[in-house]
Amino acid sequence: MGQEDALLSIEHLSKEYYGNIVLRDVSFDLKAGEILGLVGENGAGKTTLMSVLFGMTVISETGGYKGSVRIDGEEAKFGSPFDALDAGLGMVHQEFSLIPGFSTMENIVLNRETMKASLLNDVFGDRMSLLDRAAMRQRAASAISKLGVTLDTDMLVADMPVGHKEFTEIAREINREKTRLLILDEPTAVLTESEAKILLKALRNLAGQGIAIIFISHRLQEIVEIADRIVVLRDGTVVKDTVNESLSIKDIASWMVGRSVSVDRKQDGAGRSFGEDILQVDGLWVDMPGEPVCDVSFSVRSGEIFGIGGLAGQGKVGIPNGIMGLFPAGGSVRYRKKEVPLNSPRAVLEMGIASVSEDRRGVGLLLDESLEWNIAFTAMQIQEKYLKFRLGGLIKYRDEAGMRALTAEYIDLLDIKCTSPKQKVKQLSGGNQQKICLAKAFAMKPDLLFVSEPTRGIDVGAKKLVLDTLRRYNAENGTTIVMISSELDELRSICDRVAIVNEGRIAGILQPSADVADFGLMMSGVAPESSDAQETAHV
Amino acid sequence: MSGKYTVKRFLSENAVIITFIVITVIAIPSSQLSANYIIQEMITRLGRNSFLVLALLLPIYAGMGLNFGMSLGAMAGQVGLILAVNWRISGIEGLLFAALVGTPIAVVVGWICGSILNRAKGREMVTSYMLAFFINGIYQFVVLYVMGMVIPIRSPAILLSRGYGIRNTLNLESVRQSLDTAWMLTIGPFSVPVVTFLVIASLCLFIVWFKRTKLGQDMRAVGYDMVVAEAAGIPVDRTRAISIVVSTVLACLGQIIFLQNMGNMATYNAHDQTSFFAVAAILVGGASVKKASLPNVFIGVVLLHLLFVISPRAGQNFFGSAMIGEYFRQFIGYGAIALSLVLYASKARREAVRVREVQYGHGGGKKAAGEAR
Amino acid sequence: MSSIKQYLADFGWPRIIIFFFLLSLFVAAPFFGVRLDNSLADVLNRFGQNGIFVLAMVPMIQSGCGLNFGLSLGIIAGLIGALLSIQAGLVGALGFAGAIAMAAPFAVLFGWAYGRILNKVKGEEMTIAMYVGFASVMFMCIMWIILPFDSPTMIWGYGGKGLRTTISLESFYKRVLNDFLAIRMTPSAIIPTGELLFFSLCIYLMWSFLRTKTGTAMTAVGSNPDFARASGVSTDRMRTLSVIISTFLGAVGILVYQQSYGFLQLYTAPLQMPFAAVAAILIGGASVNKGSMLNVVVGTFLFQGLLTMTPSVINSALQTDMSEVIRLIVSNGIIIYALTRKLKVTK
Repeated sequence: MGQEDALLSIEHLSKEYYGNIVLRDVSFDLKAGEILGLVGENGAGKTTLMSVLFGMTVISETGGYKGSVRIDGEEAKFGSPFDALDAGLGMVHQEFSLIPGFSTMENIVLNRETMKASLLNDVFGDRMSLLDRAAMRQRAASAISKLGVTLDTDMLVADMPVGHKEFTEIAREINREKTRLLILDEPTAVLTESEAKILLKALRNLAGQGIAIIFISHRLQEIVEIADRIVVLRDGTVVKDTVNESLSIKDIASWMVGRSVSVDRKQDGAGRSFGEDILQVDGLWVDMPGEPVCDVSFSVRSGEIFGIGGLAGQGKVGIPNGIMGLFPAGGSVRYRKKEVPLNSPRAVLEMGIASVSEDRRGVGLLLDESLEWNIAFTAMQIQEKYLKFRLGGLIKYRDEAGMRALTAEYIDLLDIKCTSPKQKVKQLSGGNQQKICLAKAFAMKPDLLFVSEPTRGIDVGAKKLVLDTLRRYNAENGTTIVMISSELDELRSICDRVAIVNEGRIAGILQPSADVADFGLMMSGVAPESSDAQETAHV
Repeated sequence: MSGKYTVKRFLSENAVIITFIVITVIAIPSSQLSANYIIQEMITRLGRNSFLVLALLLPIYAGMGLNFGMSLGAMAGQVGLILAVNWRISGIEGLLFAALVGTPIAVVVGWICGSILNRAKGREMVTSYMLAFFINGIYQFVVLYVMGMVIPIRSPAILLSRGYGIRNTLNLESVRQSLDTAWMLTIGPFSVPVVTFLVIASLCLFIVWFKRTKLGQDMRAVGYDMVVAEAAGIPVDRTRAISIVVSTVLACLGQIIFLQNMGNMATYNAHDQTSFFAVAAILVGGASVKKASLPNVFIGVVLLHLLFVISPRAGQNFFGSAMIGEYFRQFIGYGAIALSLVLYASKARREAVRVREVQYGHGGGKKAAGEAR
Repeated sequence: MSSIKQYLADFGWPRIIIFFFLLSLFVAAPFFGVRLDNSLADVLNRFGQNGIFVLAMVPMIQSGCGLNFGLSLGIIAGLIGALLSIQAGLVGALGFAGAIAMAAPFAVLFGWAYGRILNKVKGEEMTIAMYVGFASVMFMCIMWIILPFDSPTMIWGYGGKGLRTTISLESFYKRVLNDFLAIRMTPSAIIPTGELLFFSLCIYLMWSFLRTKTGTAMTAVGSNPDFARASGVSTDRMRTLSVIISTFLGAVGILVYQQSYGFLQLYTAPLQMPFAAVAAILIGGASVNKGSMLNVVVGTFLFQGLLTMTPSVINSALQTDMSEVIRLIVSNGIIIYALTRKLKVTK
């Protein structure tokens, strides 16, 4: 560690959020002109690591970090992203950060425009300088040529194909004179295959000019193809830091997802019996921003806990949202041999299907209302429970007593920590809010339950309780559960089968006991070699 | 098929302007006004109103929508005029004096307005509207009580009989049309206020120039996307506030030009309808909440005022009531604003859906793939 | 207990200032020769007279449509009902009830159309509501001239065309609510019991509506539209319903207002009425997206108290009429204050 010629060296970096350790003693070096492939599952700590590197305020606001970041051997402490930019770091985020109404050129030199002094400078300062558009265009063109691609400098971003947007962003970062280190977070996620190829070529071009690159991607082929060195993060620690020589994708995949401890499996199918297929999904597509589903087919057996895994942005969360009618969807979904009408939340709920949203605060809860309201609302609106009828059913009042009894029951059952059932939900902790979401779904007495990311953002104790509750609910009521999660461990510990979604499609369905490397490969869009691991058809 | 689509799109994008032209074309003959009269009116009104409408441009560039708070600037200009009349400064000097007094006031209230609007992001328009009401209260307080009590008013002719407060109508005889008549060019039957038009032309040049400055570029960046601009290090709030300050100062000058042409001023109401007329004009001219250009300003002033000139007469001749024409033109003004806001807001929502479709591939295509299985 | 604390915390300093200002006006009143009993009776009368406008703000606030700056649509529906009732020659309580009944279909129709518009422009409701309201008032100005009403009390006697700007309700239903069970406190101060009872009835009905299944859904739509949608509630339908209710209450509100005032005001009179109602509910502690019955009662009382007391007390004290200026600054100041506060709905 700490080689003499390292451009960037990260030494013993640790970071915790509210007692939750997300980075543990991370160390690695990066030389000028080197491309480092950074690999890890969701929640492995990639984002936090980049936030530390880039001086994001969220880090200092949550108590800073331990260890050090050195640039050219000098300790660097960035107070804001602007300090990082000054030090020669450039970052291209997953979401585009471009002004749609501006041209390529205007975006590349955004807020670093070349200026000509004007008369009013003395009175009103530099901002009254005229822009020197010719010089700006020249600078933009030279940045583009460094990349080795062709872009029209005067094309508006709004009219560009995505690939051009990506290149414009990179050109903007390397337009800064000082930029020596470029961080790219999933740059190929939105690109077509040919665009991605051009991008990789451009990156090698840049590296050839001495710019160091940290390349983050879930597509392991790309990592193997481009990286000089590969660093694998898992649970906040560097599990592998190796030169990219004769590495197989499968190795990387198993480092990425592999667990040292064997998964805490329940009684492995013993005593589990399932009925016929009750949910059949065929050719489902869902237009959910950030989680698009292209073409998904699977079936779920009655009484089963069916898991859906995959990396973020690949579309696994889009599946329940599409079926529940929350985003425009198409294809065929049949439930108990009846066609489920898509794009109609009410109709789906009326069929006895409930869901727990992954977006707890955005969709799952009425944060400004009481526990009683949150738990009883859906059952009240859909099944007319917890209502008192007056004038022969003409007027339907809320049954406050009924709602209170229901809430008390679930506070008890799920051990929800609150001061009273009238407390506003926004005052509860994440774990307790999640329990409210579960209670809301349970109050519907569902026959089929979708649960998305049930343990996201909650502490370990609450995680266990939530998973145990799901398992018990399934066992006691025979409720079929489809669980969507980014945590592979979790899926393997409670599901009867696990489907992995990649780029909007099902990459395969595995038994939870299957080799972890197979899961990892599927997440990266590579078919596992051992086809026997994959279920041939639904049994 | 695609031809049909573009016609439909053209119609929906220009619904307001087309409606206006149609109504005007129908109403002109029934007004029985001569072409010469109408053209002279248009020349006068272009000189009188264009400057005020131009004041709306910068906040639109900065993404803050229509600055209904421009009447703040108008009030500042009126204070300047009151003091000019009080000190008996007449002619062009009077106007310059009014501008000199009004501008610093406009800068201060503009800055206050800008800072408040920065706290109401996403609700700028309604907030700026309410701010105009609020500052109106303070203006009334100043003009009705402070002037004559605290600020000495030397000219008893403009004071209320009780000894303090300004009269309801202020005679601007001393500065009346001094800008317009500084060089009045007579072309055939028409007289053209050349200096006024030169002032307006120089403002247009300023705006064109301003858009090419660093500040103008930043303003446009902020208008398109505040988050991206912020991330690039552009001081977003400050840039927004500056756009409002400039708009307020321009409104102050514009109101002085407007009132010198009118020749008298309703002390307590003159600014009430400033933003209404200006906003209606720019929208009728084809601008939207997010997009406006110099041609929008002039087309709008001509179209709106053409209707304003002919509608009372048309109402008289059509229904036998001049009041109908009066109400009709107000209805058409408010209606034009409501219609363009509705069209814009619903278009923006549709646009958001379309962008999403483009970004994530067409649902239709995937659907076909799904059904093929 | 905690709800009172919460209420005070949400109340905010501008409202507390207004409260103490009003209190000091009441305390100061006797020293400037303003009779307290008259003032109080005045405040109570105006409280009942304007309260329903303020109540009309509640449904749209609850459903997330924001402040109803387009309340003038409801007022127009009410005016149409009143005119039809007079035209039909209905008098007394029957005239009043008839006016409400005849206003109702117009209110529903206007509210439905207005709601449809607002659903298309989510996020920009308030500015658009304002201009839809203005445009409708101006449109109706033309209609008041053209429409073929011919009851002699309504139309200009000679020369003029169309309806009068103010129509006396003397022989129809003037003070029909006010005088019902009215109590004479002192020789010059009368408590308008009927009006207050009617206002209470409206508040009770709104309160119970918000406790029904539909009312609960409406509140949820305002609180978190995505949650409501995921629970199978149609947000657009709830929003439209809230606009219809608000518009209908606007119609009832103007009828109550008129019977107390004794005149029907047409033409541009409804133009500025929504702003007073908006200011009142905000003074009462409501925000742009949460409003309760308590906000309505407190807000109407404070706002109308201010309007009643400032002219009488300040004018006697300073020998000058500053009430208009104070009204402008206070009512618009409070609206700006509410608009610049961060949205309370947590996301």
